[in-house]
Amino acid sequence: MGFLSRLFRREGGSKHVAKERLQLVLSHDRMKLPPALLEQMKDELITVISSYIEIDEAGINVELTERDDERQLIASIPVIGMRKRRARQ
Amino acid sequence: MGETLVITSGKGGVGKTTTTANIGVALADLGYRVALLDADIGLRNLDVVLGLENRIVYDIVDVVDGFCRLKQALIRDKRNEGLYLLPAAQTKDKTSVSPEQMRDITLQLKELNIATESGKAGYFDFIVVDSPAGIEQGFRNAIAGADRALIVTTPEVSAVRDADRIIGLLEAEEISRPQLIVNRIRPGMVRSGDMMGIEDIIDILAVELLGVIPEDDRILVGTNRGVPVVGDSSSRAGQAFKNVARRIVGEEVPLMKLDASEGFFGRLGYLLGIRGR
Repeated sequence: MGFLSRLFRREGGSKHVAKERLQLVLSHDRMKLPPALLEQMKDELITVISSYIEIDEAGINVELTERDDERQLIASIPVIGMRKRRARQ
Repeated sequence: MGETLVITSGKGGVGKTTTTANIGVALADLGYRVALLDADIGLRNLDVVLGLENRIVYDIVDVVDGFCRLKQALIRDKRNEGLYLLPAAQTKDKTSVSPEQMRDITLQLKELNIATESGKAGYFDFIVVDSPAGIEQGFRNAIAGADRALIVTTPEVSAVRDADRIIGLLEAEEISRPQLIVNRIRPGMVRSGDMMGIEDIIDILAVELLGVIPEDDRILVGTNRGVPVVGDSSSRAGQAFKNVARRIVGEEVPLMKLDASEGFFGRLGYLLGIRGR
């Protein structure tokens, strides 16, 4: 970390990290849903969805965000394939 | 009828007491009659920031307990006509006063007709309550009689998070539309991308901005002396607090230019002192 790195750091200053971390922590604070509970919800989602379709568990991303005053739960779940479904009786 | 403002933040050390003192002096300077109320019982500090620590005889708990009349506990500021302080107790704790008693004190202050040094009698235009840090009873006390809330924060993750929590609690108490004061901004750091700027903070908290106070060494000098910086014409924070006071009374005052970032010449001009920040 010297003169040069400081010169080139401008855009990547720590304020963006601060803002992102704040937005994340506040979305949890405001919803009163701590990160651990979100994890638990994610696990349950995986269980439910996996029984219908084959998904890539490692690639799942579930997050709370706020856009234009609207809170959203956004889940991105990569699908590998469809499970063969048995006909229901 | 006067108006009661509470200055609060959640987090400690963001400058509530300094803000309260400076807004009080600035409002008095504008010709308003102001009572400052230190609600931080057990950790009294507004008195030293104002340089009035040697004048205290009675405090708020004495008033609540009926040891003295409200008028007797009010300390008249030595420099600013129309400015008064109702000090907190230093030896008691926050539970010595209940929110109901606090509300009652603010109502009594509104109804108090008091003569200033020059003999002009009248009622308080503003009662400014300095809230303690935290969200427990001290905070509950401070907001009990408030008509309006000013939230102080700094551009730090922890302070902004606490401000968000306070905004939620104020809404629950139906003290709506709180206004925000962002304290201790360092324009150089904002410019270099290492400090959240005003837009970032407003974006996150979604509240109305009342003022921005730049970081200023004169604040500490003022506190050392017991003289709020509002009276110091060389202090940028002092100027910013003056602007806040004028906005409180309804004037439209544009935000101070914090950074002279408009190019090389702007910065050069600032360095040479030919350009006001």
